Amino acid sequence: MDTQVTDKLTKLIETQGWVLADGATGTNLFNAGLQAGEPPEFWNEEHPDRITALYQGAVDAGSDLFLTNSFGGNASRLKLHNAEKRAHELSKISAEIGREVADKSSRDIIVAGSMGPTGEIMGAAGTLSHEDAVEMFHEQAEGLIAGGADVLWVETISAPEEYAAAADAIARTGHPWAGTMSFDTAGRTMMGTTSAGMVKMVDDLGYAPMAFGANCGVGASDLLRTVLGFVEGGATKPIISKGNAGIPKYVDGHIHYDGTPELMAQYAVLARNSGAKIIGGCCGTMPNHLRAMRKALEETLVGAPPTLDEIAAALGGFSSESDGTDGGGPKRRERRRGRG
Amino acid sequence: MSDEEEIILSELNDEDLVLQMHDDLYDGMKEEIEEAVNILLERGWQPYDVLTKALVEGMRIVGIDFRDGILFVPEVLLAAGAMKGGMAILKPLLAETGAPRLGAMVIGTVKGDIHDIGKNLVTMMMEGAGFEVKDLGINNPVENYIEALETGEFDILGMSALLTTTMPYMKVVIDTMVEKGMRDDFTVLVGGAPLNEEFGKAIGADAYCRDAAVAVETAKEFMAKKHNQMAAG
Repeated sequence: MDTQVTDKLTKLIETQGWVLADGATGTNLFNAGLQAGEPPEFWNEEHPDRITALYQGAVDAGSDLFLTNSFGGNASRLKLHNAEKRAHELSKISAEIGREVADKSSRDIIVAGSMGPTGEIMGAAGTLSHEDAVEMFHEQAEGLIAGGADVLWVETISAPEEYAAAADAIARTGHPWAGTMSFDTAGRTMMGTTSAGMVKMVDDLGYAPMAFGANCGVGASDLLRTVLGFVEGGATKPIISKGNAGIPKYVDGHIHYDGTPELMAQYAVLARNSGAKIIGGCCGTMPNHLRAMRKALEETLVGAPPTLDEIAAALGGFSSESDGTDGGGPKRRERRRGRG
Repeated sequence: MSDEEEIILSELNDEDLVLQMHDDLYDGMKEEIEEAVNILLERGWQPYDVLTKALVEGMRIVGIDFRDGILFVPEVLLAAGAMKGGMAILKPLLAETGAPRLGAMVIGTVKGDIHDIGKNLVTMMMEGAGFEVKDLGINNPVENYIEALETGEFDILGMSALLTTTMPYMKVVIDTMVEKGMRDDFTVLVGGAPLNEEFGKAIGADAYCRDAAVAVETAKEFMAKKHNQMAAG
């Protein structure tokens, strides 16, 4: 199974030069009537028709790969809804529904089992141990594999410790996986990891992902700066780029993402030029965005990597001057008298 | 910069010791902070002076570098942990000596939203700055906020949301405060990844705080204004 899937993704990347992933899960489900505070994973059981529609929407819009509705399906997140015992079961159903949609398609579609963060803080000042995190991720991974996920897809991670725990958990299954972090704080993750730092971290893992990259974060511009940072940092594995459809805006009591399908189409082309092989959207990215992205990727030739100025001109400015990889930006202050 | 020679805290004069405490907070060294707090107290320092000149000032520096993208969450958590160690020693003494309060805040993530990392960070940084904080946790309906505010123990209301679908609920809370005629008695601060200044204004909050460091600075500003008004009135 592993090699078969690796071949499937590799083949797609070889024949197309790129793979179109999916868009938003949350935004789409809220549009389908999900209430705030309600865990989306419950819908795998209560409203499988709506989850089928979510996946089908991405497939019909041209995605080669979609993520299962299991982002918050680990014991730590489900505990907030008194469902911590259901991580395996709810994750499994999310993948089963995905398998069905993928197998019905005339194209080769990859079902990626989504695994989001635990929401707990790890590391020196944290509350969650490596062992406990590994247990949680492993439980969810087994569920997703049992449901038929082709590849496991760890996303929106901030802490390298959590990424490493996911790697150790998935190593137990032997399944292929991909993993993205969210770079939302001055071009770094909330925990301070830079794009170049992630390349090194991924290289040092015992059970490495088949692809890695960035998702969510601030806007499409920041995400592309991160992709350029991966390349600059010496990335050898395929790079994933899943950016938000612009920035959320509050209009008349409702939230809109300001990224138009045209903007996301430009983003997709620039992401590929920057070096990304697996390209998709995140929050706010709907099927109409995906359609525009697919069309643009098919109709545009691969060009030279854009400069930061070109990215800003096309997609808008960056959230911070430096992303911590260029030696620019503010420096750590001089210690008066450090302790050796 | 770092030299290998060992620092004996008790051998430093007051001024150097306080500066060393700022450095040790920055480096998240809890035991050293506890030791230094005890040394200052033994030297006859008022607990309130230890709090404001050593701890709060040290955390202010941490806050500035967090705001500027130099320090990140792990370092700030360690610094807050060190601060907490010192605070545990000072707290009973502060109560005994009747030291002035810096202010009190009630904070919670709004109804429908179960995210808590951002809110927890604000709580820690606010405590680090010497504020008293009551954390209502996640998924709070308007009643929880109102009930807390009606106790009269708080100056500031903090609301957090990480979802674009839950952030509008902040307006429900503020509107309810207006209805009850209590809006002007409190400073309302809002925060969370999808928010911005424009949104904060649109819903009638006093300020949108981009991150925990900004929340602390904003809270201090509003408390200073409040004290000035009280002094003038």
